Amino acid sequence: MSDLMNTLATERAIAALLHRYARVLDTDRLEEWIELFVEEGVYKVLPRENAVRNLPLAIVLCEGRAAMTDRIRSLREANIFNEHYPRHMVSNIQVLAQRDGVFDVSAAYAVFQTNLEGQSRLFSIGEYQDRIVFRDGTAKFLSRIALCDTFSIPNLLAIPI
Amino acid sequence: MSSIASELVWPRADFTRVPYAVYLRPDIYEAEQERIFRGPTWSYLAHECEIAKAGDFKTTFIGETPIVVSRDKDGAIHAFVNRCAHRGATVQRKPFGNATEHRCVYHQWCYDQAGKLIGVPFRRGVKGKGGYAADFDLSNHSLRRLRVETSCGLIFASFDSAIEPLEAYLDAPILKVLQRTFHKPVHVLGYMRQLVQANWKLYPENNRDYYHAGLLHQYQATFGLYRPTQTSGFELDRLGRHSCSFTEAGDYDRSEAEKAYAGQQKYDQNYRLLDTSLLQLLPDFADRKTSIIMNVFPSVTVQQIFNTIATRQLRPKGVGSFELYWTLFGFEDDSEAATQLRLKQANFIGPAGFVSMEDGEAMELVQRAIVRDSNEAAVLELGGRGEISHRCDHTLDDSAVRGFWRHYTRLMRIPLPQAEERGS
Repeated sequence: MSDLMNTLATERAIAALLHRYARVLDTDRLEEWIELFVEEGVYKVLPRENAVRNLPLAIVLCEGRAAMTDRIRSLREANIFNEHYPRHMVSNIQVLAQRDGVFDVSAAYAVFQTNLEGQSRLFSIGEYQDRIVFRDGTAKFLSRIALCDTFSIPNLLAIPI
Repeated sequence: MSSIASELVWPRADFTRVPYAVYLRPDIYEAEQERIFRGPTWSYLAHECEIAKAGDFKTTFIGETPIVVSRDKDGAIHAFVNRCAHRGATVQRKPFGNATEHRCVYHQWCYDQAGKLIGVPFRRGVKGKGGYAADFDLSNHSLRRLRVETSCGLIFASFDSAIEPLEAYLDAPILKVLQRTFHKPVHVLGYMRQLVQANWKLYPENNRDYYHAGLLHQYQATFGLYRPTQTSGFELDRLGRHSCSFTEAGDYDRSEAEKAYAGQQKYDQNYRLLDTSLLQLLPDFADRKTSIIMNVFPSVTVQQIFNTIATRQLRPKGVGSFELYWTLFGFEDDSEAATQLRLKQANFIGPAGFVSMEDGEAMELVQRAIVRDSNEAAVLELGGRGEISHRCDHTLDDSAVRGFWRHYTRLMRIPLPQAEERGS
């Protein structure tokens, strides 16, 4: 029973992490996005056509929180992109495996963008391939790969998927 | 085909104006598909390394026409229209692969690796009934084949059987840069695509518009990476249809930088990159050029930005939309560390590029704002009016953009204003 409770608590914490990830991005708390990763965490946006062919090129590659900080700062201070309200939907969350404290988690995502005229469109759909660990009792991403089915990116990608 | 020549007269003979009609009118778009994409032009399809083995193929586009590019069993490269000679269906449905033949799923008509029709089911009917006439000749029903040539491994094709050879079309300045950049064997690291809601011509204009580089793209100024002592310039080919810009590494001079950016909001000494590993440069080339942007009329840009080497192929999708298809290359002899650095530097380019994402926004902003103003025109007077410079040792000049329009109006047979109507 205790094992079951532990499993449920763990899965709940993992789901909470994935939902929190969506929420910080949707509420313009981009700096908090960085904190959801461990220091050496990796974030990648990978086009599905590259994954299918075993090609390594990612559209966004952040290796470590320093790189993530640079990317967020670039979005805040330098880059010019379409002003919009993002909305990240996450579902089909499944813990596929666990080994040495690393949880392999899969989820489906959909990101919608609404422009300043209130017109919404689907921006990207795909799969999150996550490796999640618990540090000091808090679930964090060791790595997150956003595998984009929508690899023909509608114009540009600024806010992380 | 409808003639647009009688309706649209270009506003200025020196191309210092571009009528917004060219980005909006469907009849002009239709004429482009014929006069440019199926006209006397070479269109980039792929790199040889993408179809390295016998039987390898890839599907792509010239304009909106779907194309298969393939390598046959003898190693020769072919390009043909991906439309069955029978009832017009797409023949090769996969984006890439290896095949000894290409079969249409509809009636199983079978084409060889060069697009030649080699098999038709029930050709002689069954039990003496039906089938095709005795004089039905398969050789009349092959897939439409294009002229194919390669240069430095890049594969181009043309619908025009009489067009000059590819390397003559590219011309010396472009060819030199191509040879310098693709100077040893490459392999593909991956692809990136952007679907932009803008007319395709806004993209070559953007690539030839060097004015916006430090103004729209603020990453370098923001992170103190701007080098005002760096040299830059551009060169056009003899007909002014292709353009190549370059930037050569300079040394950092803070006071020069501040002077150059005085009054601009974005030059800020307070931000520094935390992860500077992507700024390490590999010595890929003998020269010190840190960026080269080469736009080959009509629809490909070859670029080197730091250690990212890529082709950007334009695929128009209707008058107000295009897909930009990026192919990123590495050298075959790259170490693992070199490959990882190129993959990291890919953060600079593509749809999420630190120094490129803004181009997408800028183009869509134009397409949206001009929607009711076909009779108005863009102003291209940077560098002055009149003559178009073919060489420039700076980049504050619109000549490269004007060269594009000069060649465009030539191919499209759009008349220029008469002498007495010309702008000063």
